[in-house]
Amino acid sequence: MGGTWTLTKMRVRLAMRNRAFFFFSLVMPLIFLFGAVTFLGRGRTEWVGYILGAILTTTVMGSFWGLSVQLVTFREQGILRRFRLAPLGAAPMLASSILSNYFLVIPVVVFEIVVCRWAFHMQSWGNLWAMFLLVTVGSATFSALGLIVASVTNTMQETQMINNLIWMGFLFLSGATIPLAIFPAWLQRVALFIPAQYLATGLESSTTRLATGYEVLEDVAALLLGLFVAFEVSRQLFRWEPEAKVPRNAKLWVLAALVPFLIFGAWESTMGNRLNRIQQNFQTLRDRSMSIPVPPAH
Amino acid sequence: MGEPVIQVENLFKSYGAVEALRGVSFAVEQGEVFGLLGPNGAGKTSTVEILEGLRTPDRGIARVCGLDPEKSGERFKERIGAVLQSTSLPDKLRVKEAVELFAQFYHRRADTDKLLKRFQLDEKRNAYYSHLSGGQKQRLALAMALVNDPEVVFLDEPTAGLDPQVRREMYDIIEELKREKKTVLLTTHYIEEAERLCDRVAIVDQGRVIALGTPRELKHSSAGTTRIEVRLARPLRNGMLAGLEGVADCREFDGTYVLHSARPPQTIVALVKQLESESNELQSLEMFSPSLEDVFIELTGRRLRE
Repeated sequence: MGGTWTLTKMRVRLAMRNRAFFFFSLVMPLIFLFGAVTFLGRGRTEWVGYILGAILTTTVMGSFWGLSVQLVTFREQGILRRFRLAPLGAAPMLASSILSNYFLVIPVVVFEIVVCRWAFHMQSWGNLWAMFLLVTVGSATFSALGLIVASVTNTMQETQMINNLIWMGFLFLSGATIPLAIFPAWLQRVALFIPAQYLATGLESSTTRLATGYEVLEDVAALLLGLFVAFEVSRQLFRWEPEAKVPRNAKLWVLAALVPFLIFGAWESTMGNRLNRIQQNFQTLRDRSMSIPVPPAH
Repeated sequence: MGEPVIQVENLFKSYGAVEALRGVSFAVEQGEVFGLLGPNGAGKTSTVEILEGLRTPDRGIARVCGLDPEKSGERFKERIGAVLQSTSLPDKLRVKEAVELFAQFYHRRADTDKLLKRFQLDEKRNAYYSHLSGGQKQRLALAMALVNDPEVVFLDEPTAGLDPQVRREMYDIIEELKREKKTVLLTTHYIEEAERLCDRVAIVDQGRVIALGTPRELKHSSAGTTRIEVRLARPLRNGMLAGLEGVADCREFDGTYVLHSARPPQTIVALVKQLESESNELQSLEMFSPSLEDVFIELTGRRLRE
């Protein structure tokens, strides 16, 4: 545990010294927030909570890129080799990515919530406990998913390419950028299998206070299970050496990481009522408002 | 004499079709500075990295402090310190932070402030890693290798690429480790380094140990000849110099004739006469007392840094 904490402190410090990281992880989400509330919310306070949910989702999902990608650079540059000489396993190295991402995300999330409440007159604080829970588990899960990509790719270029593809899926099928409720039915069903959908639905419900605690717990459970599996998969696939080959069974491990979301997705599409809930929530917000805002775009 | 601190028996390692190690064996005693001397690609780094637990041998036994480096995990890593052939750290990590960071991973910790002073890094304590010179980076790598006050220190080409002055500074540091009775395994392709620092040397070539002993023993084993290197205005016929008085061995490397002579004065006189008779001219002549380079040439027919 000591090693994890030591590494976490170092990585937070390094991230704060990196201007690019600072801009993309801390400044950019705030720019999105101001842009979305000002231009898409068009001053209608009923929608600020909903927009905050979407912005929080993209902020938290950003952990998918975050410091997990940094491990690829560390491996490429031979930095991980030096750490390998120390009495330190793969788990502290991976856990430090998750923890440092979390500590870097929290101030941004707090700032976004405060700005929405005080500057954009969000109607209530929303369900802060649910938000805290979802941000915590969500940040860890998306960091762990990023770690899997970092483990199976060999170069930074490759990592960015794969990350971009997955990121697009997360952004557009989660409901964070385009409300799920306006999707065709078949696409809504596909979204049930996307990890980001659980985060987006949970956060939007929490910021708008349109979900019960139990309903949000379901989102937390899906993300938590995803976190445990993704962490174990990334630990199994972790490579210290730049020339170490990706294990032959890597594809099976990557598929294993998707199992929790496949299970939740299958359950929701056959027995659950998540899609109805999403539809109802969106309708409620619509009714409260005079007009439908243009969905936030990224 | 007790159990060797480092024990290597019949080590084999291949990378695809390339056989890096082909049965390397040696043992290092407590408090000894042991050198692996050989050209690039001889198998030195593979050997050291197996002993550090970074690589898995295909066959053979590697033991450090009685532990299997690959399987003993943290228990093993607590007892060793290592400088890799090229150490890299995050650019924006400060010198002091790097030393303290690594110190915190170990149960046994050296005083990091003292380490910074000892390695003349005190003034650079707040400098980013990317702002250090090559010599400073190497001193930092050494300081990091000693943060846990290790019993065994592995130094893989610790002076490669450094200028002569910085190299001498590194020699002083390694001699200090020797005085502290640390067991040191050093790899190098610098003859001077091996002769000056090592109690014993294993000469490695093409994945095998081809000679092993103290530098003095090895030099004695090379027939105690003096090396004479000559450059001539025009090339000579094959074998002409080999017949000169006192010459035990003669080879040509890039236009330089390297003679090993048991009676240097007679050899030089004979050489001058020979050149006069052929209207050839001597461009340069240098004499060297026997060195490990001669041992290597004798055993392999090649220079160490070819």
